Amino acid sequence: MNRFAALIDALVFMPSRNGKIRLLVEHFATTPDPDRGWALAALTGALTFREAKPAAIRELAATRVDPDLLALSYDYVGDLAETVALIWPERPERANSLPPSLNEVVEGLQAAKRGQVMGLVEGWLDTLDSSGRFALLKLITGALRIGVSARLAKTALAEWGRAARPEVSVDDVEEVWHGLTAPYPELFAWLEGRVERPASGSGAGFRPMMLSHPLEEEDRAALDPAAYAAEWKWDGIRVQLVARGGERRLYSRTGDDVSGAFPDIVDHMSFDAVLDGELLVARDGVVAPFNDLQQRLNRKTVTAQMLRDGPAWVRLYDILFDGDEDLRGLSFVERRARLERWYGAVQPRRMDLSPLVPFDRWDELVALREGARENGIEGLMLKRRDSAYLAGRPKGPWFKWKRGALTLDTVMMYAQRGHGKRSSYYSDYTFGVWRGEELVPVGKAYSGFTDAELIELDRWVRNHTTRRYGPVREVEAGLVLEVAFDSVHPSNRHKSGLAMRFPRIHRIRWDKPAHEADRLETLAAMVVG
Amino acid sequence: MSAAHQSNPDRPHPDKWIKVLPEGLYVEPGGFYIDPVRPVERAVVTHGHSDHARPGNRHVLATPGTLAIMRQRMGEGVGGSLQALEYDESLRIGDVAVRLVPAGHVLGSAQVVMEHAGSRVVVSGDYKRRLDRTCAPFEPVPCDVFVTEATFGLPVFRHPPDLGEVQKLLHSMALFPERSHVVGVYALGKCQRLITLLRAAGYDRPIWLHGALEPLCRLYGSLGVELGELRPATVAAKEDLKGALVLAPPAAVADRWARRLADPVVAMASGWMRVRQRARQRGVELPLVISDHADWDELCQTLEDVGAPEVWVTHGREEALVHYATSRGIRARALALIGFEDEDSEGVTGGAAGGEAS
Repeated sequence: MNRFAALIDALVFMPSRNGKIRLLVEHFATTPDPDRGWALAALTGALTFREAKPAAIRELAATRVDPDLLALSYDYVGDLAETVALIWPERPERANSLPPSLNEVVEGLQAAKRGQVMGLVEGWLDTLDSSGRFALLKLITGALRIGVSARLAKTALAEWGRAARPEVSVDDVEEVWHGLTAPYPELFAWLEGRVERPASGSGAGFRPMMLSHPLEEEDRAALDPAAYAAEWKWDGIRVQLVARGGERRLYSRTGDDVSGAFPDIVDHMSFDAVLDGELLVARDGVVAPFNDLQQRLNRKTVTAQMLRDGPAWVRLYDILFDGDEDLRGLSFVERRARLERWYGAVQPRRMDLSPLVPFDRWDELVALREGARENGIEGLMLKRRDSAYLAGRPKGPWFKWKRGALTLDTVMMYAQRGHGKRSSYYSDYTFGVWRGEELVPVGKAYSGFTDAELIELDRWVRNHTTRRYGPVREVEAGLVLEVAFDSVHPSNRHKSGLAMRFPRIHRIRWDKPAHEADRLETLAAMVVG
Repeated sequence: MSAAHQSNPDRPHPDKWIKVLPEGLYVEPGGFYIDPVRPVERAVVTHGHSDHARPGNRHVLATPGTLAIMRQRMGEGVGGSLQALEYDESLRIGDVAVRLVPAGHVLGSAQVVMEHAGSRVVVSGDYKRRLDRTCAPFEPVPCDVFVTEATFGLPVFRHPPDLGEVQKLLHSMALFPERSHVVGVYALGKCQRLITLLRAAGYDRPIWLHGALEPLCRLYGSLGVELGELRPATVAAKEDLKGALVLAPPAAVADRWARRLADPVVAMASGWMRVRQRARQRGVELPLVISDHADWDELCQTLEDVGAPEVWVTHGREEALVHYATSRGIRARALALIGFEDEDSEGVTGGAAGGEAS
């Protein structure tokens, strides 16, 4: 448990992705089985314990600490697991009983009967130090929240594995992942070069997705239109539908399991296949704004009202497996034919096919792309007709060709410090437009400028600060930021009533007076649908 | 010693002769203030941090160490006449017998022990109880009224052993050998203490200093505190700082000054680092819980050790300590003193160049 606790502590504070990978690699390299496997399971969300609820933990703490002091401390710290970890009395006789290993904790909890869990937890809290107590409480309440996604943990695993198996990529790890269960002894043995690669298995695991590159104008000139098929790029989230051997899963692009949030899709996956598509909210076949889909994301469960107000839909792009048959080696044209045949035979509800867009010359597509302002279309996808379905982002077979961005002149309102390398810079900007005589915030952006521009922006923020709120500075209404964004939708989450998709800084208008920036009406007029 | 008797006119309760005035804590029969926040005629100063030692007093009494620090920091502005009082020497001021006793906070730090009209009152100033090679250790003095700080007056504040925290730093340096490690430290006390802790842990490479830390390190050196090889970081080449350990004031570590460093790991040595969320808010990647203040257990232990039937709490999180003392049968109340900074209010986002306070 001590090693796991040290890892959690270090990850909590590590701002950079590469630093997190480094910490994870070190952990896999120096921690024995099965503890490192349980750590991997905890980080990938594969461990859940039902019994330990926050209220029970608070009750337990109150048996050891003056309840008034506990309450004052909780007010100050603001996080129950951390408060209890810090306030739990250290036992002077602790040296006599060793802290549990992570394995003991996991197996203990898995074997515990209802009503035994808090007794176990109490015993462990007595033998652990404060970092250990924090890790234990976070582990059992199932809310690590330490900024490590399942994908990042697997990336680190592949990186560590390359010491013994230089050919291994994160996609190889994904590929074998679904055939394995925690604490994954054969996975570690394979990556250490001790055993052969585990079988991919027929489980309902995630298969690494094929991703595209943005199409640059100079790329397009070199492409032969006859070699490519075109289809619309829908503005939802890419998903993989996996229905194998009675199990059904819906995965995001990064392999996160989002099944729980979309029962209205999962309920209709009564087939045996792996499909690639775009998750949307659609009413009577008409795609709703992305904001409607947003209401349904990042939820563990959904209410009946959410299912009614924002019905989910999947627009299918590709087929990876039909039954046990792996189709990923076939060409796009062949897979497309298989997809159409499969769709015709199965007729799944809440799903349709993303239509191909026929064309002969690039200029036809240019016109179509610019004309497509309707809801749900982000642009076009170009896919080489002879391309196999490859994991990752190979350059050449697939391109995304987004329609031109919208732009708006806004005024910087607040600036916030960045993270990691940018922590000494004010690099995240909230910007607004005029409504009458006042500015209303309409979005936030932290990209689109060069390092040299960042230095200038940072200096401007420091010299024009009017108020500070912790890491945030309010600035004078004096700098116009031309913001580019893909689209704008009504939103009740924002004071302005509007939300932008993918806003980024397009140009810094040092020359333009703030009062000449755009007005809210201008932005409202850009709403489509 | 027995409790002060309010009813006995020959032995007035200490709250009749020690008062909270806008200038600070006033000891009437001696005509002096302890750590006044505004210039006064006569001041007794517990230690050299700038919220306790302020310039412009006509007459200042403090330990020789504290006076040396004040001269270093304030130069000409330090005040009128300076009078040194060694630890444990007694001095009569007006109708009060005054003694300065080590507080273990920073070099020269003292508790003020006062006897008047049959009662003994001890004003702790800031203090800690654990080993610090840069200053004399805290001595508990039995008294009738103990006036204590409560900076870390919540039971969540329990400072772990210093050695473990220093090893965390050394482990990180081994894990990221190409990066600079920059540690935010207060210029007076924490800086020198961390250096002695590192040296005791066997770290013998040069330690690089932000310019604001250099004068006090020199002063500590001249007063016999061995710090090993120190180099100026402000003029160093970026290449030299790869893998180096750099100390800087808290306000500088996550700000523009730190851009000269090679992809720095930002650390902070402070008791506040105990609470993860606080550390994260300040952009700290490597929190080191090293404090010059008593933690909760030390505060409670100290109430036990001095055995005072009455406790006044000056600054910090008074509510919890007052609650605790009351539950132990001690009369306790908060003194509403102003002007003492919450250590937390200063630092990374404060933007103050000096970056100190308690």
